[in-house]
Amino acid sequence: MLAMNYRGPKRVRVSEKPLPEIKHPEDAIVRVTRSCICGSDLHLYNGNVPDTRVGMTFGHEFTGVVVEVGADVTKVKVGDHVLVPFNVACGRCVFCKQGMFGNCHESNPEATAVGGIFGYSHTAGGHEGGQAEYARVPYANVGPTVIPEGMDPDDAVLLTDVVPTGYQAAEMGGIQTGDTVVVFGAGPVGIMAARCSWLFGAGRVIIIDKEDYRLEFAKNYAHCEAYNFEKDMDDPVVFLKKTTDWLGADVCIDAVGAEAAGNAMQTITGRKLLLQAGSATALHWAINSVKKGGVVSIVGVYGPTDNLVPIGNVVNKGITIRANQASVKRLLPRLIEHVQNGVINPKGLITHRIPLQDVADGYRLFSEKLDNCIKPLLILPSAGR
Amino acid sequence: MQPTAQDFSHIPGWGIDADPENDPTYPIRDRTGEFTKKYDWPRPPQQPIDIETLHSIERPNQPAVIGNSVPPYGLSGMIRRFAFKYSESHYGHWLPLLFADRVAVVEGVIDDLAHGHVPNIFAEKGYRAHWKHDPKGLALRLATTAAIAGGIVLLLTSGKKRDRIKSGS
Repeated sequence: MLAMNYRGPKRVRVSEKPLPEIKHPEDAIVRVTRSCICGSDLHLYNGNVPDTRVGMTFGHEFTGVVVEVGADVTKVKVGDHVLVPFNVACGRCVFCKQGMFGNCHESNPEATAVGGIFGYSHTAGGHEGGQAEYARVPYANVGPTVIPEGMDPDDAVLLTDVVPTGYQAAEMGGIQTGDTVVVFGAGPVGIMAARCSWLFGAGRVIIIDKEDYRLEFAKNYAHCEAYNFEKDMDDPVVFLKKTTDWLGADVCIDAVGAEAAGNAMQTITGRKLLLQAGSATALHWAINSVKKGGVVSIVGVYGPTDNLVPIGNVVNKGITIRANQASVKRLLPRLIEHVQNGVINPKGLITHRIPLQDVADGYRLFSEKLDNCIKPLLILPSAGR
Repeated sequence: MQPTAQDFSHIPGWGIDADPENDPTYPIRDRTGEFTKKYDWPRPPQQPIDIETLHSIERPNQPAVIGNSVPPYGLSGMIRRFAFKYSESHYGHWLPLLFADRVAVVEGVIDDLAHGHVPNIFAEKGYRAHWKHDPKGLALRLATTAAIAGGIVLLLTSGKKRDRIKSGS
C-alpha cells in the first residue's frame, strides 16, 4: 500500500509499505477514505518530538471503511464507514473509566505521560498513522465510531481531532456566561476553540495570530475579533489588558504549542536550538494576559522536556491551568449532534485537497502557511475503491 | 473598544452548552474515588510482543496494545535502548532520543543508497509547492543557507591554511 514515510526533519515522501495486520483480537483494519495533516503533525515534521523514527507514517485524523476485524471485535463490522478518534484507548483502565481517553494506560509503552496516538512518534506509542491507504486500529470496540447516515465524510474526519480539541479547549476554560475569552493561534484548532467558546456563552471572543489570512478566516468563521500581534500592537499582553479594562481576560486558550512565533528568545532556544521543548511564547502570553483568578486552557502541543514559562505569575495571579489531549470519544455524541444540527460546520475549515502522492508538498504548504492554507485534506488513492 | 457583540443572535448555538456547574470542569470534574485507587482494572488481552518494544521505566509492564511502527535498529537503536534506562523526568532519556532521531536520518540515507535509491531531497522537502507559491521566499532561504554553509566552509578552510603557514608546511 502507499503510505506517507517520514525521512527526517522537513523531509517526507510516499512509499510502498506492507499492509497492516491484525495483531490483537480487538484490532480492526480500515481502508482509509479521508486523512488530514494536523498542525500538531508539524511538530513531528520539524523534528521537535523525541523518538520520531525515520520510516514512520504519520496521521491521526482519519476515517475509513472497516475491511477486517479481530476475533473479539463486536462494535464495528466489515463494511462500516467509521471515524477514528486520534486517541488509542482501551476503555477499561482507570483513566479511560473517568473519560480521559487521551490518557489511556494500555496503549503506549514508551511514555506514561500520554496515551497512544495514531502516527505520533514512539513517544505516543509507535502506532502507524492514517496518512496511508490502510491502517491498523487497535481497541476497535472503543474508538472507531460509525459515521452517522447522511454525515459528510469531510465533517466526520474533522471530528477525529480538530473539533473535539477546539471544543475541549473551550470546555476546560470553564467559561461562564459573558466571559471574555482570548485564543492564541488562528490555526484550525484555535479557530474551532474560538467558535466553540460561544457555545459556552462567552460574551467576547478574541483571537490573536500573525497571519492576516488566518485572522480574516477566523473572523468570518468564528464570529470573533481578530488581531495581528505583529501589526496591531506592540505588546500583546498590554494590548489585551487595555482592551479588557486593564484586568485581563477571564479565559486564555493556548492553541499554538511548540511552534509559536513572536518572541526571539523563545524562538531561538525552543525552535532553533531545541534547548527547550518548543517555543512557549503563546503560553507565556496566555499566563500574563489572563486576569487574576482566571483560567488558562492549553491544547497546544509541546515536547516532553522543559519550557520557559512565567510560573511565578501563575502563583501570584492565582491562575488555574487546565490542559489535556482531547478526549475524543467522550465528546463525540455532543459534537455529532452539533454538526447534524448545523451548529458547527467542520468542513468549512478545509482549504486544500492534496493527493497522498504529493504529501511532501502538503506538509510544506501547511508548514510555511502558503497559498492561504488553513486545513489540508489528503486524497487517498484507496478512497474511491 | 467594544465587545464583539451585545446581541448574540447571529452566532449559531450561542450559549447552548453554557453550564454554571462547568467549574471545576474536565478532567477533574469526572474524577471519582471509585476508579482512582488501584492498578487492578480488568486488563485487555496482551498483544503478543513479536518485535523489540522499549518501555518506560515508569511502568512495570507493557501495555496490552503496542504500536508496531519502527522497532529500534542500528546505531540509533543502540542510543534509544540507552535512553530507556532513564525515566521520563530525566534529560538522560529525552536528549539521547533526540540525538538518535538525527542519527537515524543519516542511517535512512545510507539505507536508501544501499537499496539503490537516491533520495530526491527536493521533492521530499516539498520545494515544488514552495516554489509555486513563494518563489522569492524559497530563493532567499536557499541563498541564505548556501551563504551560511559557504561561510562555515571558508572559515574552516582558512583556519587550516593558517595552521599550515604557522607550522611551515
